[in-house]
Amino acid sequence: MPLLVLGPSLAASFVYVFVFTGWTLYISLSNSSLLPTYGFVGLDNYASLWANRRWNIAYTNLFLFSGFYIVGSMAVGLLLAILIDQRVRGEAAWRTIFLYPLAVSFIVTGTVWSWLYNPTDGIQAMVRGLGWTSFSFALASDRHYAIYAVIITGVWQASGFAMALFLAGLRSVDQDLVKAAQIDGASTFRIYRKVLLPTIAPIFLAVAVIQIQFAIKTFDLVAALTKGGPGISTTFPAIYVYDLMFQRGQIGEGAAAAIMMLAAVAVVLVPYSFWVVWRRRKEAGHG
Amino acid sequence: MAETALDQSLDHRAAAVAARRHFLTRFVIYGLLVVFAAIYLVPLLVVVLNSFRDQQEIARNGLISLPRSFRLEAWGQAWSTYCIGGTCEGMQRNFYNSLKMTIPATFISTAVGAMNGYVLSKWRFKGSEALFTCMLLGVFVPGQISLMPWAFILGNLGLSNSTYGLVLIHVIQGISFTTLFCRNYYISIPDDLIKAARIDGAGFWRIFYKIILPLSSPILIVTVIWQFTGIWNEYLFGVVFTSGQQQPITAALVALTASGTNVRAYDVMSAAVLIGALPPLLIYLFGGKYFVRGLTQGAIK
Repeated sequence: MPLLVLGPSLAASFVYVFVFTGWTLYISLSNSSLLPTYGFVGLDNYASLWANRRWNIAYTNLFLFSGFYIVGSMAVGLLLAILIDQRVRGEAAWRTIFLYPLAVSFIVTGTVWSWLYNPTDGIQAMVRGLGWTSFSFALASDRHYAIYAVIITGVWQASGFAMALFLAGLRSVDQDLVKAAQIDGASTFRIYRKVLLPTIAPIFLAVAVIQIQFAIKTFDLVAALTKGGPGISTTFPAIYVYDLMFQRGQIGEGAAAAIMMLAAVAVVLVPYSFWVVWRRRKEAGHG
Repeated sequence: MAETALDQSLDHRAAAVAARRHFLTRFVIYGLLVVFAAIYLVPLLVVVLNSFRDQQEIARNGLISLPRSFRLEAWGQAWSTYCIGGTCEGMQRNFYNSLKMTIPATFISTAVGAMNGYVLSKWRFKGSEALFTCMLLGVFVPGQISLMPWAFILGNLGLSNSTYGLVLIHVIQGISFTTLFCRNYYISIPDDLIKAARIDGAGFWRIFYKIILPLSSPILIVTVIWQFTGIWNEYLFGVVFTSGQQQPITAALVALTASGTNVRAYDVMSAAVLIGALPPLLIYLFGGKYFVRGLTQGAIK
């Protein structure tokens, strides 16, 4: 009976993970254009992918976005977690405010922020209306800076998530450790730096790994916020895949780009999961 | 005598300094919290206010401005009459599409996940851990990898451009998550309970219904909330595999905001955005505790 229950899910997951990946991998090695075909062309699609200027922009954006997005959301999240950890009144209310963006979709967030960035209707118009008529804030419509508009919006959406994880971590630290430090006369700042933050160090890594995954898969946010523009300046790998597969009928190269996305996820996750297993073993060994 | 008086006044002064410092830190803490709260709330406030403002007033005073008009028409238009790509039925059809997609997909994937979790925690067999790890990989595979295979499968099943196709995708994709959640929760139910029930002659299903399910409500709530918000908010599969009247609300929102001609109907678009955001927001507000639990559990495995 147990196997009978598990069987269909196992089969489905197996197909989903291995067959689908293998299939896409095969398409990426074929001469598919408008429809999948199976003439083998080796690594041709990968060669033309990496020679494409737009793909170069896409992965440069990915690096830029990942870096700022992770550091930004973790910094803001940590600050918020520490602030809330100071026995503030109405803790639940503050938490609710900082976390609500996670409940709504990137589509909603991206759409609303695209309005705020709009120079004639949004933030720039508001500040100019207040009297500062030379004020300029047109991030999203400038192709050198549009990527930062995406980053700011991403950080806005994701900081609450980092906050929740950090706060859970801070609360799980053994209170005796904190008390001992207080008796020794350590200041609050010192206690955070020397006791609390080192204890929750693994959470930093976990948050970073999760955020990198989000960054690699970024699609909705950009689709709603900038649609990859102005021009092609905010193209991301996921946007590129979609565009090649469904707008331009270059399925083979699109599949190659999708495989590169999978490779990026693997590059992050494989070492991380080894590290997690290693740490668990070590802890079990000590216990 | 004099010395103690001096000591006392020094004590007073030290206490006063400490009190002032305490007040100052509190001031900074609350000040920062208020600033951040404003940054988080202003976008929401802007959308809510604009959905009640008059379009001409928005055009005149910009999006971020105190309302000088109040009307409800934008909501009605967004719901039932606004035109998206040639059809003028507002968002209602897409809203129902999203419900028709999200509710079955949520419940099927949660039910399957609960049974899988039960097997993987209480009926372990040789190699079950390895199989579990394989299933987990599904959490990490980017959706882009599965686009071409799904297009082929949906086409052959006759499910292209239909809500049922999306249900199928979300069930298969969701099983990894729901299994993970349930399995990790059921692990903490003592095995002795199961053993005792087996000695009493209870079988596989009886144990599931009589012991496991009654203990499951916290994890089932977490899983349902997680799946519902995730599937409701999903965009990639919605935009790739459906079009026009079959689209879920996320894809329709993008189509709606992109279809703006010269004058952008911010009032209607604001109402539409809120209609799309409302179900998960309500779930968040009423099930906040479980929502956060799902978030932290999903993150730290």
